[in-house]
Amino acid sequence: MYSYSNFDADFVRSRVEEFKGQVARRLDGSLTEDEFKPLRLMNGLYLQLHAYMLRVAIPYGTLNGAQMHQLAYIADTWDKGYGHFTTRQNIQFNWPKLQDVPAILDALADVSMHAIQTSGNCIRNVTADHFAGAAADEIEDPRPTAELIRQWSTDHPEFAYLPRKFKVAVTGAPHDRAVTKAHDIGLRMVRNDAGEPGYEVVIGGGLGRTPMVGKVVRDFLPRADLLAYLEAILQVYNLSGRRDNKYKARIKILVHETGLEELKAKIEAVFARNQTLLEPVDAGIVARIAADFAEPTWVRKPVVDLPTDVGFRAWFDTNTAAHKNPDYAIVTVSTKAIGATPGDVTSAQMRVLADLGEQYSHDELRISHEQNVILPHVHKSDLPAVYASLKAAGLGTSNIGLISDIIACPGMDYCALATARSIPVAQEISNAFEDLAVQHDIGELKIKISGCINACGHHHVGHIGILGLDKAGVESYQITLGGDGTETTTIGERAGPGFAYDEIVPAVERLVEAYLGLREDETETFLAAYRRVGMAPFKSALYPEVVANAA
Amino acid sequence: MTQVIDRSGFVQDTWSGTLLPFEAFWTGQDIPETGVGVIFEADSDPFDLQPWFERLEIVVIPFGSSADGRGFSLARQLRQLGFTGRIRARGHLLVDQFRAALRVGIDELEISDEHAARMTEDQWTSVPLPQTSYQKMLNAA
Ligand code: SF4
Repeated sequence: MYSYSNFDADFVRSRVEEFKGQVARRLDGSLTEDEFKPLRLMNGLYLQLHAYMLRVAIPYGTLNGAQMHQLAYIADTWDKGYGHFTTRQNIQFNWPKLQDVPAILDALADVSMHAIQTSGNCIRNVTADHFAGAAADEIEDPRPTAELIRQWSTDHPEFAYLPRKFKVAVTGAPHDRAVTKAHDIGLRMVRNDAGEPGYEVVIGGGLGRTPMVGKVVRDFLPRADLLAYLEAILQVYNLSGRRDNKYKARIKILVHETGLEELKAKIEAVFARNQTLLEPVDAGIVARIAADFAEPTWVRKPVVDLPTDVGFRAWFDTNTAAHKNPDYAIVTVSTKAIGATPGDVTSAQMRVLADLGEQYSHDELRISHEQNVILPHVHKSDLPAVYASLKAAGLGTSNIGLISDIIACPGMDYCALATARSIPVAQEISNAFEDLAVQHDIGELKIKISGCINACGHHHVGHIGILGLDKAGVESYQITLGGDGTETTTIGERAGPGFAYDEIVPAVERLVEAYLGLREDETETFLAAYRRVGMAPFKSALYPEVVANAA
Repeated sequence: MTQVIDRSGFVQDTWSGTLLPFEAFWTGQDIPETGVGVIFEADSDPFDLQPWFERLEIVVIPFGSSADGRGFSLARQLRQLGFTGRIRARGHLLVDQFRAALRVGIDELEISDEHAARMTEDQWTSVPLPQTSYQKMLNAA
């Protein structure tokens, strides 16, 4: 894992000091609220419905046991004893007081963490495949790249006041677990014909009110050119992105309105100039980062026979994934016990996770964009012990990838922008399908829920997407079907008129019933079935009255 | 009236000459031989200005609002393209943007007196100006 250099440590500390000063200047009136807003946002501090909310960066979703322990400490000391993991691999604290925020930031700095650039119109926390460095299908660990981008983008003097926020995601595996095509820049590590490492660069992806799948702007970018090329994209965007309308300010709109070819020509022109002007990236720093992400020393011990009881087997089949070392497994810990709030983890659970990470996972944990926690390197012999601890802590639910492994944004329960509730909808769907055996029979099914058009819950790429809107003061839920956030990214199609709050769960149940009735066999997933038969049968299941009336 | 600010704090405006809009150069209107500067709007392209670099003593970049960061890219591009004269940012800039402004190659700011009254000199002079940065260390800026 990356360890802070002296510079990193000093930098984070000095930003805490700077923010203390900014808070003081806000309080004595030398900063207006309008002027203070971008400054607090750059330090991750939002004003939500009921209170301030602090969003803490977990760069590329990787953290160690000590950091997880500190998050638990913060939750207990300055919040209400829990935190919320987000779809951006961050953690949010929902109840901090403004005057406590500098102390929280100090506590974060104590464990090499911060809340810088988790908000505002700047380059945000870089995300990456949550199985990085562990997945069996990986070409290369994306985290050294992500860390390099973190350093480059942190406090970049030119790009702190962009037209809009800017998100970068990196994956090192052909199977895209980082939704890279729904980011402003998505980087996929590839090899060219000569076997040299580089990146496929995708730009202009994004969800929100105008969902777009990113487009390839460069098939192959040699690794050494990465930062010069990113500078070029950002410079073009900073100068040409729209600033007259915040809903049209993301780079996806620039790509759409300018056309990919023309924009690409502009980017390449700036890139050509940058190449002659910028020195190559310091090789020492690159080497230091690479060394920090060297593989752990794998434990060599025999793999014992795993238990055969139903509970363990179900968990093993559902919540573990293939590790590149066959003696190991990747464990995904579900934060979504039946009826729970997706992504919410109590301080006690954080401590259990921290301890398990330290003891059984080479001191590493990950946060996934699906709001779960990963123990990336668990020796198979340790799986029974890990499962037992998780189960005792209420973290043993065997539902990864299943219908109750729902992504939901905070929605009306916390978010000032929300037009509808999303957490209670997730909870009720989860309750409706509480029987895990039924869930396993239904198989892989990703439900994603957003509480407004900003789409933080990624509803566009859910197999079933749910978007909560406000229709003349009443919550109305739109359903989209067939979305996909992987390497075959697809924006889901809208099914038809919205459903009232008390109709949405039955509507989902009808969809599932329809799927079970029409699938070819258990191996045909909901998404595969949808692709085969299309919208029509699902539409009739959703709107039986319409079908009846038409008959 | 306005207040000029540089690294040392509030300073007298020492520049006096003819400030022309960029169009004046483009259309080749009578341009004085010396003492000339340009007001370079945020939607202009620094490449277009390159032929006049030698003759320009100052480039003034207007900042319409503190949230509009185009001026940072313009200034940096001007420096990358080799402009060595004075660069001034004029308009609504905050104390907290001072460091970024200096780092992209802006020499001085010009803000309204009303702003200067709220953002007093001590706030500007206490902005930390570290010797190094991530970008410097990476050679990326
Ligand atoms: S999707 Fe809307 S309601 Fe949900 S977190 Fe984002 S902004 Fe808030």
